[in-house]
Amino acid sequence: MFRSVPRRALLAAGATGLVAPLAAPAIAQGAAIRIGLILPMTGPFASTGRQIDAAVKLYLRQNGDALGGRRVEVLLRDDTGTAPEVTRRLAQELVVRERVRALAGFGLTPLAFAAAPVATEAKVPMVVMAAATSVIVQRSPFILRTSFTLPQVTAPIAEWALKEGIRSAATLVTDFAPGLDAERVFKERFAAGGGQVPLELRTPLRNPDYAPFLQRVRDTKPQALFIFVPSGEGAAVMKQFAERGLAEAGIRLIGTGDVVDDDILNDMGRPALGAVTSHHYSAAHDSAENKAYVAAFTAANPGMRPNFMSVGGWDGMQLIAEGLKSTNGAGEGEALLNAMKGKSWTSPRGPVTVDANTRDIVQDVYIRRVEERGGQLWNIEFDRLQAVRDPGT
Amino acid sequence: MRLALEAAFWLLALASHWLLPEQLPLLGQVWIVALFVLSLDLLVGFAGVLTLGHAAFFGLGAYAAGILAQQGWGEPLSGLLLAALLAALLGLVTAPLVLHGGDLPALMVTLGLSLMLAEAANKLPGITGGADGLLGVEMWPVLGLFRFDLFGRTAFFYALAVLFLLFLLARLITASPFGLALRGIRGNARRMPALGTPVRARLVAVYALSAAYAGVAGALLAQTTQFVSLDALSFQRSAEGLLMLVLGGLGALYGALLGAVAFTLAHHILSEMSPLFWQFWIGVALVGLALAGRGGLLGLGALLLRRGRA
Amino acid sequence: MLTVLVDGIASGMLLFVLAVGLSVTLGLMNFVNLAHGAFGMAGGYVCVVLLNRHGVPFVVCLLAAALFAALLGLLLERVLYRRLYGRDHLDQVLFSIGLVFIAGAVVDWFLGARQQLITLPAWLSGRIELGFVGIGVYRLFLIGLCGAIVLALHLGLVRTRFGSRLRAAVDDAVVARGLGIPVERLFAVTFALGSGLAGLGGALGVEVLGLDPTFPLKYMVYFLIVVAVGGANTVLGPFVAALLLGVVDVAGKYYVPQLGAFAIYTAMVVLLILRPQGLLAKAAAR
Repeated sequence: MFRSVPRRALLAAGATGLVAPLAAPAIAQGAAIRIGLILPMTGPFASTGRQIDAAVKLYLRQNGDALGGRRVEVLLRDDTGTAPEVTRRLAQELVVRERVRALAGFGLTPLAFAAAPVATEAKVPMVVMAAATSVIVQRSPFILRTSFTLPQVTAPIAEWALKEGIRSAATLVTDFAPGLDAERVFKERFAAGGGQVPLELRTPLRNPDYAPFLQRVRDTKPQALFIFVPSGEGAAVMKQFAERGLAEAGIRLIGTGDVVDDDILNDMGRPALGAVTSHHYSAAHDSAENKAYVAAFTAANPGMRPNFMSVGGWDGMQLIAEGLKSTNGAGEGEALLNAMKGKSWTSPRGPVTVDANTRDIVQDVYIRRVEERGGQLWNIEFDRLQAVRDPGT
Repeated sequence: MRLALEAAFWLLALASHWLLPEQLPLLGQVWIVALFVLSLDLLVGFAGVLTLGHAAFFGLGAYAAGILAQQGWGEPLSGLLLAALLAALLGLVTAPLVLHGGDLPALMVTLGLSLMLAEAANKLPGITGGADGLLGVEMWPVLGLFRFDLFGRTAFFYALAVLFLLFLLARLITASPFGLALRGIRGNARRMPALGTPVRARLVAVYALSAAYAGVAGALLAQTTQFVSLDALSFQRSAEGLLMLVLGGLGALYGALLGAVAFTLAHHILSEMSPLFWQFWIGVALVGLALAGRGGLLGLGALLLRRGRA
Repeated sequence: MLTVLVDGIASGMLLFVLAVGLSVTLGLMNFVNLAHGAFGMAGGYVCVVLLNRHGVPFVVCLLAAALFAALLGLLLERVLYRRLYGRDHLDQVLFSIGLVFIAGAVVDWFLGARQQLITLPAWLSGRIELGFVGIGVYRLFLIGLCGAIVLALHLGLVRTRFGSRLRAAVDDAVVARGLGIPVERLFAVTFALGSGLAGLGGALGVEVLGLDPTFPLKYMVYFLIVVAVGGANTVLGPFVAALLLGVVDVAGKYYVPQLGAFAIYTAMVVLLILRPQGLLAKAAAR
């Protein structure tokens, strides 16, 4: 049984929480298979957690809560997004106390790093549904990834920019591991094709203010600006991009798809139009699977559009389900891990494989442009690179 | 009676290992937080110096112990010692800046210094790992015997033992003439010189002592989680520490412990029951407590005891 | 160069409007109200909801935001804050942080945790080119509006009866009470005014500072800096401090982005050590 208790009931339950016994006895409910889901549900990165949580709930609703013939129970925990030691402790608790078969979630890179040793020591598979730094999978032999890596989605946009005749581009990335990954790969690929990077800017992860940075870009006047910022931050960048008149100054906006996050794309309004990005998922992806996914997601969560975070959560559940199916619901530890390695399926984003050796995701990467369709903004895909791997570090 | 209560508290703390055997990782962190709040109590509760930046010492200790272990010396006790020394040193250096004006300047200078340290850690990824956190912290077994285990058993006993010893030390110190002088300063700083107390020197000393305690708490966190992140230096940590202290009751050593235990457990239970809205209930509890009375939980408890007897 | 300066001034002025209420609370009732940002957040959300869901004109949204925050402030002051006057500073901290938690959760409950965005009306977006420099229209609007507010506050404080009573109460509440000035009522009104200004600032800031349930915590440090550096007893002090903060912040990020926020924190600590009572405080103040 998934905990789909309505919010109000939860609030009411919370009222009695102060007197509730600490060790709520782990009732063995017909030996349901437990999965620990650790996400930032509050704090600055809450939108990531909300998207993934919604996708996981949707997956269980559609596929029934029996995976591989066994009932599945997902235990959701909030790590607030900024406290890696909390993530680690929650992982420890889920493993030790709740005896979960798999850990999943992990909104940001530092959080995944902190939890990795727990997965290794407890021999519990850890499905990374969001964090996107290249090296994460090397932190533990028990990590599998269903999101993406920044080098994977950055290389294609660098190639595209060169093809378009762009020869000078500034970079603007968030100052933490994924941002540095994006900056490095973009520079390497772009320079290899004869491009110049006259300006490299890094904004802080917490409380960023993009105005001064974009003003500098404008004063430097490159042909294009490459941007990576975490999910949810794109709108603030876009605002400043418009207010500073970068488009009027002839500077094109390119980047990874994080900046035109589907969740908030509509609110960005006209300034986002024409931005070209490369990414592994767009809510406008043209396939039957995706249409069904977007429709179901939007119906279950009015006012929300699924973004790339949600699809990471959806496919994470798919991966766990495949693993459980292959082992008839009996898979645990290394057996479950091995069952999950090398699986392929058709996701809303397109065909994906979790590589058997690297445990990282192999997927198509699309080049998309923001366009208006039916009064809404969408990332319309117009080019595709097939079966892209993480180019590594 | 008092002694019996004290013994009961520590026995209960020890017994929690068997009472809640599946909660050891959480309990281990509770002891660490309690030590941090205790360090704040020495400064705020006993000496009356306000601070919003105590995380600076906590974080310095955490990074010191973490980097020491990362560089290949994973012996835990020497890590604690190094953390204590460095934090005390930072305390000595910054004390004159903090003990300079009134309440508000003290709050803001401590806040500013801790923010500067956090920003420095953020901008020196070569040393601290920046926003990604310090990776590769490998600890050796405690005393060469007890490996840090997945169940958090070693971390539990290790943190509890350190807390207990430092608590005893704090108890001795606060009961000594030094401690009494501090209370005097808190009561009336202008009159203390008339009694021959060098106010300034006493305050600097307690500032450094409190810093060392916070440094040890940070080191414990780094060692038991084998990871250090910028969160160790964050404003939220300073503010939460202060909250717990006020919650438990200022100027009483057990108030600090009680506040840390109550806040951490409430936070844990609420966020587990309602991962999205736990903050609401914490907020209600804080507001209620602030409105209800003086002296935090400890004051409330004493009041209830008195009423019960009357 | 000039663009950076204008940006800095605009963000400084916005900061002032957001923080001035806090400085009055602290100066008048000696109350440490860490929940001040929550009123800014309330104003911001009122503006977003009216503008995005009901298509109300932006200027009306601003007024509604200010009014809502002011009424909320008045209500909370009468019902809750009043009980904590004269109590220990730390009790007040506990109380106001609790309020921040509640406010964040309530907003999250009704409107979700994500960033809220607004689209400015056409007459406020874009930029104008003055010779070689381009300046955002909205920044100019901010400077104009906030400048007018500063002027009004200053004149109000100096010229009106309300102002002179307020100043008397700030200088010495006990004596003022003895002279028959209704300090309590004065404070309620001032609190509402400060909250309303914060609400206005929050609404104005949606475009510039962003808005999500962590808003009060995120900017609390900035508000405190303004008040502490400016000194709690004047309007001009916090104003100068806010301008300084805005300009140093923006210029620091523009010219030496490697330093990050280091510039502001260093400036604050140095200023506080040199002038612990605030920038413009008279040497003999209290």
